Amino acid sequence: MKTFVGIDLGSTTTKAVMLDEDGAVLGRGITNSRSNYHLAADIARDEAFVEARFTLLDRALAAAGETGDEAVAFRKRLLYQLRKVQQMAQLASLRARALEEAVGARLGHHGDLVARLEHIFDVIEADWKKPRLTGVKGSDFFRDQAASDFSRCAERVADRDLKFDVLMSVFDKVIIQVENARIDLTFEGNIRTALTRCLRGEAPERHARYEAAVLSVADTPIDVARAIGTGYGRQTLPFPKESIRSEILCHGLGAHVMFPGTATVLDIGGQDTKAIQVDGDGIVTSFQMNDRCAAGCGRYLGYIADEMNMGVHELGPLAMQSTRTVKINSTCTVFAGAELRDRLTMGQKREDILAGLHRAIILRAMALLARSGGIADEFTFTGGVANNEAAVRALRQLVKENYGSRTINISADSIYTGALGAALFAVRAGASEEHPS
Amino acid sequence: MSTPQEAASAKDGSMIKQKEMIAGHFSALTRAKAEGKKVVYTFVPGNITELLLAFDVLPVYPEINALQSGMRKKSGAYIAEAERLGHSEDVCTYVKCDIGMLKSGNFGPTGEKLPEPDLLLLSYTGCFTFMKWFELLKREYDCPVAMMHVPYQGDGVFTPEMRDYVVAQLRTEVVPALEALTGKKLDEAKLSEALARSRVAEDDLVAVLESAKRRPSPIDAYFGGVYYIGPIFTSFRGTEAAVDYYRTLRAEVDERVRLGLGPLTPDGAITHEKYRLVIEGPPNWTNFQEFWKMFSSEGAVVVASSYTKVGGVYDNGFRHDPERPLETLAEYCAGCYTNLNLPTRIDMLSRYVREYEADGLLINSVKSCNSFSAGQLLILREVEARTGVPGGFIETDLVDPRYFSAANIKNRIESYLQMIEQKRRNASTRAHAATPTVAPPRPAKKLEVLR
Repeated sequence: MKTFVGIDLGSTTTKAVMLDEDGAVLGRGITNSRSNYHLAADIARDEAFVEARFTLLDRALAAAGETGDEAVAFRKRLLYQLRKVQQMAQLASLRARALEEAVGARLGHHGDLVARLEHIFDVIEADWKKPRLTGVKGSDFFRDQAASDFSRCAERVADRDLKFDVLMSVFDKVIIQVENARIDLTFEGNIRTALTRCLRGEAPERHARYEAAVLSVADTPIDVARAIGTGYGRQTLPFPKESIRSEILCHGLGAHVMFPGTATVLDIGGQDTKAIQVDGDGIVTSFQMNDRCAAGCGRYLGYIADEMNMGVHELGPLAMQSTRTVKINSTCTVFAGAELRDRLTMGQKREDILAGLHRAIILRAMALLARSGGIADEFTFTGGVANNEAAVRALRQLVKENYGSRTINISADSIYTGALGAALFAVRAGASEEHPS
Repeated sequence: MSTPQEAASAKDGSMIKQKEMIAGHFSALTRAKAEGKKVVYTFVPGNITELLLAFDVLPVYPEINALQSGMRKKSGAYIAEAERLGHSEDVCTYVKCDIGMLKSGNFGPTGEKLPEPDLLLLSYTGCFTFMKWFELLKREYDCPVAMMHVPYQGDGVFTPEMRDYVVAQLRTEVVPALEALTGKKLDEAKLSEALARSRVAEDDLVAVLESAKRRPSPIDAYFGGVYYIGPIFTSFRGTEAAVDYYRTLRAEVDERVRLGLGPLTPDGAITHEKYRLVIEGPPNWTNFQEFWKMFSSEGAVVVASSYTKVGGVYDNGFRHDPERPLETLAEYCAGCYTNLNLPTRIDMLSRYVREYEADGLLINSVKSCNSFSAGQLLILREVEARTGVPGGFIETDLVDPRYFSAANIKNRIESYLQMIEQKRRNASTRAHAATPTVAPPRPAKKLEVLR
């Protein structure tokens, strides 16, 4: 089948969206950008392929008349098992590399390092094999999951002879190797193992129908007719120049597809903020970005989180508890850190200071929006910061104060906005080639 | 892109001539004191070079020295030097670069030491910074200052009363100052002869700038344009050398038109003109070639720019008039681009977009230059509304290398050009859809987003 892929290489994460010829979303994938854009693009695209095959499976099951609860439950189990197979493959790779590292020149003198590592991995493996209520997350989170479990086990295993730091140094080194290795995580490479596990105990008749549907999907050739790249790393993608689009155009079009009434888009990403105006077709008519300073972007929050010894995802919820927003003057990331410490020593509450910092970011964005032509109705907010409730609250307030009532759209999937726009450009480029006007 | 040989041979005529003129001028400056010649420091906008020629004094343009320092990668160190002396980060970077150069031995663009000024001549006051700049230089050199107040064209016109006011200052302030400096009376015939030569060169310059109305444009009217305005905006207006330079340049451009060639760039000629742009604002000098390449590599040609009018808006019909020497100088001083009010600038840029059939107006905003930056967003919105072409906005600096963030600027420029392309495509799809003989495009498919 013919598909179209958009890849958004952001500074923090790399996203892929796969569309069919009709522009319907088949699959999406996301991974951390690493230092290797090529690999990040491949992994995100592979993820999108996996999700796409599940979409095809839904279609195949529906065509076979399998639309009941059993089929839904089967699909859910299959995905869960596939994720497990993928994670176990990555974990096995991590173990092998860790043991190799343990006997190497750097660490070979630690007598029982191998035994302790074996123990750690045995514990993790046993834990991961256990059935879980919640689904296993995708490969992009393998690093986080493995890091958290490894460090927990390492804390227990470490002692005076073999310190925690030594164990973690092994992990830190080999996790990068695993992330940069091409491990087969594809649907077609792993689905048979997952399928066998799922079909145990299934009624023979349904067993045959499910198996036929899954295997036919696994064998369906998926051809990427056209891929378009966008985002900061786009120049490094192995695409010809005509297959590269600026992320401004992709965000504009992506936001239009998600919310067709979109007239103004604000995207606050890791390292820049964009204010974009689009017309009724999602075509960008005007945009503003800051050239000379990156203050007030997503990284600002990351820096503040580090200063406060918190996770970046914890900032929003804490700021939401604020009852009295502190006025923060500086949107300079470094100065804001100083202001933060200053105010903490003055005894002001963390939540109130944080609320002020969120407002400062949004104030900066408001200036950019004004420069781009203001906020028209509807207004779509995208980028990582759109998931931060305190930032959204500040935005709603400031939009109301400055522009009155506006419909503000925020999608839970806003992180895919750029990749979606790129994929749609791929569909359009494909269509114009077939039908040259 | 053309072959390197072609690029080199195209450089032969006017480029080599200009280089020789500049080298000759700086070497004359180096010898000035020994030969008993007087040196006058003055600025490009509203400069009255013909009057200086009539008195046989040599001009020095501090902002030209600053931009040359920027191109030669020396401005960063000069600015740092000026900041050490207490000049704020927000001060015009030309000023700081000049002060830094002065404090570092005052070696000019050719590496030769610049002579100290015998007179500081301020013949244009539209830029407030110029006054402060010369206050600083006055403190350094302790030489006389001749200052002329030139009224801003706030209402969009330069009235006869305003002209008389400036002429009176020329008569009572500037001419006496030059007479005192040189010990000579003003030779009006000599002044008129220089003005007549200016006029000839101005005709040729306008022909060169307006050649960009053709497709493909034979010139880049911004990156290439800054070279074309060099002689006429500085020491050479009114000289025989300038007449000769512009005659040669015009012939070269005519030849490019005849051959259907695109503009020359440092990497050869642009063979495929993809975008035609109007640019407002001065260029960045520290990364000039890199900046140019961001456009030329995308097939973007600048067909008109406001910066090439900072030393005179000749394409609106103004010419120096040898019959009315002082009046014409007064009109010239008041008519430079930054002395025009915003509605006039908007009219002019909108006219450029239409007459040069441009695809867009791009503003290069330089925060430290108030003469240009104030009102630029208003200009952008208004020109967009009047012409329907998309506007773009980027930020760089004149000569402070800290404010040129190449990756970000390239990103904006690419995005802007793609935006133009996308708009163009959409318009052509619509145009086709409206034509019954062409099959209508496939209807936009409904998109469903997984949530």
